[in-house]
Amino acid sequence: MSHDAHEHDHSPVTNRDEPPIAARVRALEELLVEKGVITRDNVRTRIDWLVSRTPADGARLVARAWVDEDFKGRLLADARVAALELGLDPGEAPQVIALENTENVHHMVVCTLCSCYPKALLGPPPDWYKSLPYRSRAVSDPRGVLREFGLTLDDDVEVRVVDSTADIRYLVVPRRPLRTNSLDEETLAALVTRDSMIGVSQPLTPA
Amino acid sequence: MSFAHGEKVRIAPRPHEGHHRTPAYLKGKAGTIERVHDRFLNPETHAYGKDGRPEQRLYLVGFALHDVWPGYGGPRDDRLLADVFEHWLEPES
Amino acid sequence: MHDRGGWPTDAPIDRAEHELADWEMLMDSIVGTLGARGVMNVDELRRGIESMGPADYEAASYYERWLFATEKILAEKGVLSPGELDEQVAR
Repeated sequence: MSHDAHEHDHSPVTNRDEPPIAARVRALEELLVEKGVITRDNVRTRIDWLVSRTPADGARLVARAWVDEDFKGRLLADARVAALELGLDPGEAPQVIALENTENVHHMVVCTLCSCYPKALLGPPPDWYKSLPYRSRAVSDPRGVLREFGLTLDDDVEVRVVDSTADIRYLVVPRRPLRTNSLDEETLAALVTRDSMIGVSQPLTPA
Repeated sequence: MSFAHGEKVRIAPRPHEGHHRTPAYLKGKAGTIERVHDRFLNPETHAYGKDGRPEQRLYLVGFALHDVWPGYGGPRDDRLLADVFEHWLEPES
Repeated sequence: MHDRGGWPTDAPIDRAEHELADWEMLMDSIVGTLGARGVMNVDELRRGIESMGPADYEAASYYERWLFATEKILAEKGVLSPGELDEQVAR
């Protein structure tokens, strides 16, 4: 994402490349600022926060859990607190729960009702996560969805689809790839993809 | 009425006008309490200018996918979990 | 319409991704700010989205739904007067 793009011109004039709705959203901001309902600073701070959100934070939690059993225990007990322990921002969700994938269990997260997603730790959700087909099929044909993402699980692996219907945010702790014993935590974190923390694919394997 | 980990429950098969967070595909389905969460503001009132209190207990309820979808083609152990508010749960004998 | 779990669909999942446009980041931030300031909460936002007609809901992009809902809820609360935003756009 180009950070230069976020030196915003907050005027309501639509940039030629933008759809008409952009002008309406800018006008909404102008109006709400004029009325004192919000301030430009509020909005700017929030945009800066959004821009700062990436899956790297979630990956750090996972990598630490892979190398430190005690931390893993704390992560599984309360991912919000575990994130704070690493100096990460777990966001506004009142609770974040980490779900551990094992040899026998594979978790996959969806929000069928809208698009609830741990964006503080993973960045904004991908379009497909918010899409109608994903929201429909993740709960009725999870293995079909996983196959579309290139992941086929054995029948003896239990698939657990988690529909995040309330204010709790769910993050998957994928399985640590094989042949990674010699890798340091930072290198391990680079293997942890956003999609593996949603549960639609596995982490990368070492080169 | 409150529920404990491991208890069998059924999601109330009732219609609801207006905003609520119990998905239609789970209404009337039987499952098991997998986690007992904290209490949270009730979205059904919070969405309409009320303060959402009293807070309602939330539960992570687990279902066999075969129970949710009669035609489910995957393994018997595949599960669906969802957060459901206490007032949507009925005990299942 | 919003309650999509298990809806029959043959549609493959389109995995193309797009970076959020400036206006989308702005929309997200306006909503977040309204929430932080106690003007509109996330349940109200969702309720607003759920009130969209089925065709409109399906045709709208993600943040178009957010705009629809925000306008509706703010109008309901008297924060926005009818036509006020249209006038602002025209300015």
